[in-house]
Amino acid sequence: MTETDRVKVKRRELTDTFLEGKNMSKVYGMGRKANRAVDNVNFKFRRGEIVSIVGESGSGKTTLAKMILGLTSITEGQLEVHGQPRAFGTTAEKREYWKNIQAIFQDPFSTYNVFSKIDKVLLNCIELRGQKNLPYAQKVEIMTEACSFVNLRFAELTNKYPFELSGGQMQRLMIARIYILKPKLLIADEPTSMVDACSRATILDMLLKLRDEEDMTIVFITHDIGLAYYVSDTIYIMKSGQFVEQGTSDEVILNPKSDYTKRLLSDVPSIYEPWDLSSDDVEEDEFAAASGGDS
Amino acid sequence: MKHRLRTTFQNTNFLVGFSILIILLLLTFVAPLFMQGSPLDMVGTLFNKPGNYVNRMGVIDAPKYPMSIEVDSIRLGAAVSNEEAAQMLEWFEKSELDIEWKMLNPAKDHAEIVELFLANYDDSIRLPGTSAYRKGFTRLYLKVQNLLSADGYVVQVEDSSSDSGYREVTKIQSRDFTNVKDVPARRFFLLGTDNFGRDVFHELVSAIGNSLMVGLIAGSIATTIGLLIGLTSGYVGGWVDNLLTFVTNMFTVIPSFVILILLSYSISSSSRSIVVVAFVIGLTAWPWTARSVRSQTLTLKNRDHVNISRLSGFGTVRIIVTDILPYVLSYVVMAYILQISSAILAEAQLSMLGLGPSTTTHATLGLMLSWSMQFQAPLSGAWWAFIPVVLSIALISFSMNLMNTGLDQVFNPTLR
Repeated sequence: MTETDRVKVKRRELTDTFLEGKNMSKVYGMGRKANRAVDNVNFKFRRGEIVSIVGESGSGKTTLAKMILGLTSITEGQLEVHGQPRAFGTTAEKREYWKNIQAIFQDPFSTYNVFSKIDKVLLNCIELRGQKNLPYAQKVEIMTEACSFVNLRFAELTNKYPFELSGGQMQRLMIARIYILKPKLLIADEPTSMVDACSRATILDMLLKLRDEEDMTIVFITHDIGLAYYVSDTIYIMKSGQFVEQGTSDEVILNPKSDYTKRLLSDVPSIYEPWDLSSDDVEEDEFAAASGGDS
Repeated sequence: MKHRLRTTFQNTNFLVGFSILIILLLLTFVAPLFMQGSPLDMVGTLFNKPGNYVNRMGVIDAPKYPMSIEVDSIRLGAAVSNEEAAQMLEWFEKSELDIEWKMLNPAKDHAEIVELFLANYDDSIRLPGTSAYRKGFTRLYLKVQNLLSADGYVVQVEDSSSDSGYREVTKIQSRDFTNVKDVPARRFFLLGTDNFGRDVFHELVSAIGNSLMVGLIAGSIATTIGLLIGLTSGYVGGWVDNLLTFVTNMFTVIPSFVILILLSYSISSSSRSIVVVAFVIGLTAWPWTARSVRSQTLTLKNRDHVNISRLSGFGTVRIIVTDILPYVLSYVVMAYILQISSAILAEAQLSMLGLGPSTTTHATLGLMLSWSMQFQAPLSGAWWAFIPVVLSIALISFSMNLMNTGLDQVFNPTLR
């Protein structure tokens, strides 16, 4: 994907609000030990938008994602789909919700059940789509199409177990799963942090392609602010469970208002400025800073 | 899976334990084929030493040899009191027969006195004195003669065709004896007989089988309950978890052996069969399995593959069965093996307290120990009645623990 492509994508009209979070909080524990993992967060995700949630480890990104996905309960606040509070009571309502909101997780190696064959993952998706009773030949057709979307050959995958695949292949198969389900919102929780650089670019391209073809909202959770700038329309910066800054990617990256964002940006290594290993005092300073608390 | 099985059977510990168990199992299945009758048939007499044994019927049917030494009078002499000997000497004196009786001592030489008396006594010699006094000598003679004729055995078998209902087979005189080597019904008891004259080896083989059955039933029940409670409370969470953890903790805190004793005691002894005892053991042994399965489920619950299954709209039961159970199964198999071995031990403990299965038709290892203790085998030095039993229990537990260690090494390679 070239720079002009990205700009073209960014110019799309983004008006239709799909998902809106109002004063959402997640509190673990009670009383004095209460830990507010996510603290009073507001957000708006629009159709066809790529949103990045950036923050360091433990800032509450994944907890927020799980709340949106319905994997953990929301302690306070509410989540609205198309302006209506989400229906998430009965099993049927949950299944309907999960048809529209799906996720890709960080570690491809733990995303698969090592005891079942991998075509089972795709077959389960077809079942969720309500096509359980489809003849097997048609199911194979659907799966083959999905696999070719992610540059995999379905014939090579049948009767294989997850450990026979590479990390990149596993993650691409997860995207094939998303392709079959075609949800309206995809939460990608650091989908590229555990795969090699080469697979990383392919996976990002596939996600962007999904957005373009299916008008899918993608919530991209990452700690890599450079990557977030590369892919997203909107960026939320998260720290200790709160959004410290939000706005379009250009606003946030080029004109950061919060000190935390500035610090994050200053930590991004630049390819054009290699570390100066010859000057000793810089290294010594860093060591002193790192070990200062101990001595 | 195939690979796992292969590495399991390449593990030395597992292989040794498994072989011991298979040998014991083969013994319980194969040995009864070569033995007749029920394992608890009384075939011998009290505590026969291990090795050859001649049963009583065999002695009767064997060719008899009359003893050449005259021992009757000696034996009769032993049955005669000092007063009676003195009475005999008195008869010799009064009868005025030509008998050398003066050097005989009524306190010592019973045999000679009796011999002389039997040879010389004559009812027709009329002694002076009252008739009661004379009849005393007649009674003495009859008594000594009866003693002689009552000796030996008459063997009869039931026969409906004869008038008395019995038919005399043979007579065994007291002077007959048998050469053991000629007896056809000589039996070889590898481990001798116990207090009821039962073949200890035959009993032991069937007891190992029954004890393994107790272990298998109790272990299956305990593992199933523990697995169900652990998986449910770990995965479902919330108040269900609180309730089930509360129950589990309660069972853990109260020593399970106490519950076991109370439960067995409350069941009447008539209905306390082997299966019932196995059930009772199984019902008290589950808490540790439940606890560890719960903790494993808690860590598995937050794995991404479970999240993906939840996002695919699967129900709780389906997720537990397909996404959690296979992951805890290796642990559960190990726990199952340990449950079996501890259930066998628990049965032995219960039986020692007299709360084990109350049966006279089936032996278990615990019952054999209990019997040998009740009927004084250790005091009578009958080591064969309990040492082999103790060794079998130790061997079973040892093999199970060895298998467990082997499985642990295969499924938790970091321990190696």
